[in-house]
Amino acid sequence: MAEHDRVAAQTVEELLESSLESVDQAEDTVLRLATAMGFDEDDMHRIGIAVRECMVNAVVHGNRYHSRKKVHLTVSRNGERLEILVGDEGGSFDASKIPDPLAEENLLRQSGRGLLMMRAFMDEFQVRPREPLGTEVRMVKYLAKAG
Amino acid sequence: MSVKMTTRQVGDVTVVDAVGRITLGDGASTFRDTIRDLAAGGKKKLLLNLAEVSYIDSSGIGEMVSGFTTVTNQGGQVKLLNLTKRVKDLLQITKLYTVFEVFEDEAAAVRSFS
Repeated sequence: MAEHDRVAAQTVEELLESSLESVDQAEDTVLRLATAMGFDEDDMHRIGIAVRECMVNAVVHGNRYHSRKKVHLTVSRNGERLEILVGDEGGSFDASKIPDPLAEENLLRQSGRGLLMMRAFMDEFQVRPREPLGTEVRMVKYLAKAG
Repeated sequence: MSVKMTTRQVGDVTVVDAVGRITLGDGASTFRDTIRDLAAGGKKKLLLNLAEVSYIDSSGIGEMVSGFTTVTNQGGQVKLLNLTKRVKDLLQITKLYTVFEVFEDEAAAVRSFS
């Protein structure tokens, strides 16, 4: 039996403040679950960056540091699958309106690379409206595809 | 841990040794202020040694690009030295590996400025 098969399925939900400290907290929570699944160091790093980028978007661009708005984090591990949901309470978000950071004319822009990094580092990536308000990002990493 | 940046002069090249994480918050702002101060002080040949940088996020990448643009617009040059595999991966994913000149040998990097 593989090591990850012995790790019990688990879901953790956290309601986080709209602050940069929450970025660290979310990364810690996700990596704690990922560690037990057996991801290697490089993939832990990739997952960590994806979570941080996602949390920064939720705190800074979604909730705009608003003290009454929260970030909703749900992390689930099941077998070889790690799923991360990050929801904010901000306005709607249209990912297609973000300029392509890989286009020649955008290479030297200071911002706009967060979504690219999340897509590159995770196996599945989806941005969708969150009910009743805000935006939710869903990211999945599979142990079998790691590396 | 944020980033700690120290500078040393090798001929007319300013080598900036960065240690730690360049991420949104203290890390990115320390990085930005260091490059901005060097540019304001007339330093036009900057070599960023990233050997001890374990982690850069999109904000850190943004500050690197911004520093590059600022110094280049003033007629200077910014080059990179000793990238870790992770930082190199990031620069490849973001296509910035084609923008920055990257070196693995400090002496060769310093010579390249002249």
